[in-house]
Amino acid sequence: MTPTPTPTPIAEPTPTTTTDRERLLRLMSRMTGAEKHSPAAHSTLDALWVLYDRVLRVGPGTAADQDRDRFLLSKGHGPMAYYAVLAAKGFLDPGLLPGFGSYHSPLGHHPDRLLLPGVEISSGSLGHGLPLAVGTALGLRAQGLTDPAVWVLTGDAELDEGSNHEAVEFAGAAGLNRLHTVVIDNSSATHGWRGGIASRFAAAGWSTATVDGRDHAALYAAFTAPHPDRPHAVVAVVEPKN
Amino acid sequence: MRDRFITTATALLDEDPRLAVVLADISAAGFEPARAAHPDRVINVGIREQLLISAAGGLALTGIRPLVHTFASFLVERPFEQVKLDLVHQDVGAVLVSALGSYDWPAGGRTHMSPGDVALLDTLPGWTVHVPGHPDEAELLLRDAAADDGLVYLRLSEHQNSEPQPVAQGRFLTLRQGSRGTVVAVGPMLDAVLAATAGLELTVLYAATVRPFDGAALRAAVAAGGGPAEVVLVEPYLAGTSVPAANAALDQLPHRVLGLGVAQEELRHYGTMAEHLAAHGLDAASLRARISSWLG
Repeated sequence: MTPTPTPTPIAEPTPTTTTDRERLLRLMSRMTGAEKHSPAAHSTLDALWVLYDRVLRVGPGTAADQDRDRFLLSKGHGPMAYYAVLAAKGFLDPGLLPGFGSYHSPLGHHPDRLLLPGVEISSGSLGHGLPLAVGTALGLRAQGLTDPAVWVLTGDAELDEGSNHEAVEFAGAAGLNRLHTVVIDNSSATHGWRGGIASRFAAAGWSTATVDGRDHAALYAAFTAPHPDRPHAVVAVVEPKN
Repeated sequence: MRDRFITTATALLDEDPRLAVVLADISAAGFEPARAAHPDRVINVGIREQLLISAAGGLALTGIRPLVHTFASFLVERPFEQVKLDLVHQDVGAVLVSALGSYDWPAGGRTHMSPGDVALLDTLPGWTVHVPGHPDEAELLLRDAAADDGLVYLRLSEHQNSEPQPVAQGRFLTLRQGSRGTVVAVGPMLDAVLAATAGLELTVLYAATVRPFDGAALRAAVAAGGGPAEVVLVEPYLAGTSVPAANAALDQLPHRVLGLGVAQEELRHYGTMAEHLAAHGLDAASLRARISSWLG
């Protein structure tokens, strides 16, 4: 395993600006070798940034605290935006970005939580993050930790996996109010979703919101909407993949 | 053994706040008192076996030790990728506790038989596999597993021996010594093996834990026997599952290994456990004939 790099100091969170996005894109441009996943990587960029910049109560210094918020990247494909945001927030040394995908790099084309502090789950295979997040929310509740939020990011096509539906139904029935899902909808599901993605979550008893996945103010409002007694799903619509 | 699991796990929940029981409807009624006492630590996800394993992974990520239970077919085979990724790849521990093994409910047919479960887990690193032959052994091994941190599979069966053995986790017990060869009886196969080998001058080892495989005990038994390294494995799941482990243990010696167990072919018969054991050649008379013939 590569020695853990010293986190780069970062500035305090600032209001979202074009400059933030340009900085993230510059960080992403330092990673090469997985162009096939490039649309997947860009689709998550704004939602990830708003979460890490303004919503999640976790940072490099608190990444091992038991009462931290958890962010689980289920959509492990195209993790460049994720790595860029983690680098911008000081979880990882930006100098590691050019090594993306190489043998000794901790930055794979799918993330490995054992190689990168701050990464909550190892992902890549579709349909695992949301069920893992359900267990994480249950585990925190079983220990009396009712404050930390659990967030999981999936894609619309990933929702085709039946394992997600087991998780969605159960989380709604169990009223896991600290569980949150962000669905990045770039219209990549082969057969689409009759009635829209949010309707499936709503039918299972979730609170839902559907917003422009590029609009930071709309994302922030949706992420922070109150949802007592029920889990919360935010469908972030971005430009179609193809 | 399933009843003993329920009573033991219920007691353990009272003793250890780190533990949770995760169910997929199977045995949920038996855990109802425990759920009433610990509503956040007895979790029934419904008939959702992928979620069962993944939720256990998520619980473990927060520091909980999950005891995860359903029938073996639905615990290991159906959600196998979840076992591989959401437990092993996440580097978290769990105790998977199955019921119904390879032939426990033949009238239920193939859908409720899982002779390949141990072989499947052999494709993954890090598993401890317990195959107790008696409820007393199951309780002891469950208590050890609950107090541990790693990946444990506890394979419970309706098939059991008449008496418990003084099992020690990870160690094969020597029950008989002889010079013509060594028979390793796994879990509930012990009674039949003892009957089958009566008077045959064979060493009999008893294994209630098969992974890690106690190669040192096997080598010691072969050396103490003083004869050729002739080893027979009698397992209550897929025939030959532990042959690679026995070969690895004996790789410095000329040796022969015979792996007996449940056949790979589907029987496509209902009936009783005794009928299925006989059909697989695992009753005492069949075992005696097969072992004697192989030894020559």
